[in-house]
Amino acid sequence: MNYLEFEKPLAEIEGKAEELRALARKNEEMDVEKEAAALDRKADTLLRDLYKDLSPWRKCQVARHPDRPHCKDYIEALFTEYTPLAGDRNFADDHSVMGGLARFNDTPVMVIGHEKGNDTKSRIERNFGMARPEGYRKAIRLMDMAHRFGLPVITLVDTPGAYPGKGAEERGQSEAIARTTQKCLELGAPLIAVIIGEGGSGGAVAFATANRIAMLEHSIYSVISPEGCASILWKDAEKMREAAEALRLTAQDLLKLGVIDRIVKEPVGGAQRGAREAIDAVGKAIEAMLKELSGKKPEALIKDRRQKFLDMGSKGLAA
Amino acid sequence: MNWISNYVRPKINSLFSRREVPENLWTKCPECGTMLFHRELADNLNVCTSCDHHMGITPRARFHALFDGGIFTEVKVPEPVIDPLQFRDQKKYPDRMRGAQKATGEKEAMLVAEGEIARTPVVVAAQDFSFMAGSMGMYVGNAIIAAAQRAVALKRPLVLFSAAGGARMQEGILSLMQMPRTTVAVQMLKEAGLPYIVVLTHPTTGGVTASYAMLGDVHIAEPNALICFAGPRVIEQTIREKLPEGFQRAEYLLDHGMLDRVTHRKKLREELVTVLRMLTGQPPAVKGDLPAPKPEVAAMPAPEAAPAVVPEPAKAVEPKPAAKP
Repeated sequence: MNYLEFEKPLAEIEGKAEELRALARKNEEMDVEKEAAALDRKADTLLRDLYKDLSPWRKCQVARHPDRPHCKDYIEALFTEYTPLAGDRNFADDHSVMGGLARFNDTPVMVIGHEKGNDTKSRIERNFGMARPEGYRKAIRLMDMAHRFGLPVITLVDTPGAYPGKGAEERGQSEAIARTTQKCLELGAPLIAVIIGEGGSGGAVAFATANRIAMLEHSIYSVISPEGCASILWKDAEKMREAAEALRLTAQDLLKLGVIDRIVKEPVGGAQRGAREAIDAVGKAIEAMLKELSGKKPEALIKDRRQKFLDMGSKGLAA
Repeated sequence: MNWISNYVRPKINSLFSRREVPENLWTKCPECGTMLFHRELADNLNVCTSCDHHMGITPRARFHALFDGGIFTEVKVPEPVIDPLQFRDQKKYPDRMRGAQKATGEKEAMLVAEGEIARTPVVVAAQDFSFMAGSMGMYVGNAIIAAAQRAVALKRPLVLFSAAGGARMQEGILSLMQMPRTTVAVQMLKEAGLPYIVVLTHPTTGGVTASYAMLGDVHIAEPNALICFAGPRVIEQTIREKLPEGFQRAEYLLDHGMLDRVTHRKKLREELVTVLRMLTGQPPAVKGDLPAPKPEVAAMPAPEAAPAVVPEPAKAVEPKPAAKP
């Protein structure tokens, strides 16, 4: 278990319980279970307390937690017959974006998402979930295919943002993102987006211009990272707590603003402490959202999606 | 710290600076250092007469030079909710807004107008970099949607001049939502079969580049304009190497296939007319002096118009050069 900075007191208690039990294993006469169980209870209460009312900055940390289930985990658990499709037919296959045909509850769909990787090797291979133009162009290709064959598209968003690199710029990062957003808006099939971790700026919105948008309870979605915002507006990257607060990047605030449609509950202590539970909850949410959109004609799906975005922000937080 | 530095010194400073500000007759070209007289610079559309460096120009000054006789009608933009997030950094967002409004004399970072360019009816939108770095928030989104709707209603092409540091952080996620919103605006034009021309000016970056600025039928940029998604500093920090000379400048993007043309500001008007008239199936523009515009098109230029460019009523399209590059 990787503990976050604010979970340190929890780490101590859980560490102590673990130590006690290790001692008891070596020394058979010792009976520590009572004390250990007390520590467990204490840890459990503390965990509940910590996660009851997470500050926006803590939510950012949880959203980026390395042990959280990633796109690959969701695809493996929720879909059958997943058949990855690769490449943008132009330059390369971007491994930070995975996608392909799959069945969701036996219905064929197109699933597309950002994958961050879960160890050093896979993180480098996946470029930490930061897509290059090829990743977006692959997504455009898959969405186009879904459109032509009438397959619902499900996107799983988890990216710090589009990759800021020399080659990415040369190959038209901006254009690739703009065209992906445009493709989302042209899609005559249901488009459902779930933000499972980090929804980083333009790189995220290109996948999330959807009919229905859900967010995990402790995920974030923002125009800029709190660190980036702090260094620009506060001239001090250390002011990320204030920036996270001001940006209103939590699922709870975004629901109030009408930017997202639903929040998917995470187990106590975050998705990183109960991957299976979190994945199941996301599965249920996708099922419900698909149901809401079933039977709608392509024209209606396009029209509704556009109107949803045209109306967005007309109320502000006051609503 | 104390009374002297908090009170006396600013007072003294303000006395001195007040004397300097009102008549700033000379501008130093940031590129070549030549001192340029304000009238001469304005006549040259804020392009350095000695090195051709393109400096910033306000939407109003640009419109005066662009529309026939400097005459245009502003298109009304629906008002967004003010400060939707109740955002506060070191300053409150509404205070920053008021500061920008006072400094520029404009309401927000985009101006939309309708009128004629060489008798070619158009709707034009221009982003104002001097207003909070031209940043895209709800208002700019509304302005682009209003521009597209107006263009569709009048069956006219839309020309958009982009200039922005990116999204307006003070509007948080709602500024990000302008990427899909403005994309819907571009689709409205597309479906109505109307041309959408983007003129990318210095600088066009971030979410603006990654939405409406890269979705034009024709992309024209002003020379040496910085056009990018991630800024050069961010990239240097990420890849830890120096970037090549001219990286992310207009000419570099032209070489990499992201633009159709890089055009000098003085030639822009003529080029827009040529392209628009071909795309809308109109005969070539009449050359030489044209009579004054029709009265119904003629509406008043806004009273607080920037003095930068003096409108010259009889200035129509200049004769075409024999060959084009």
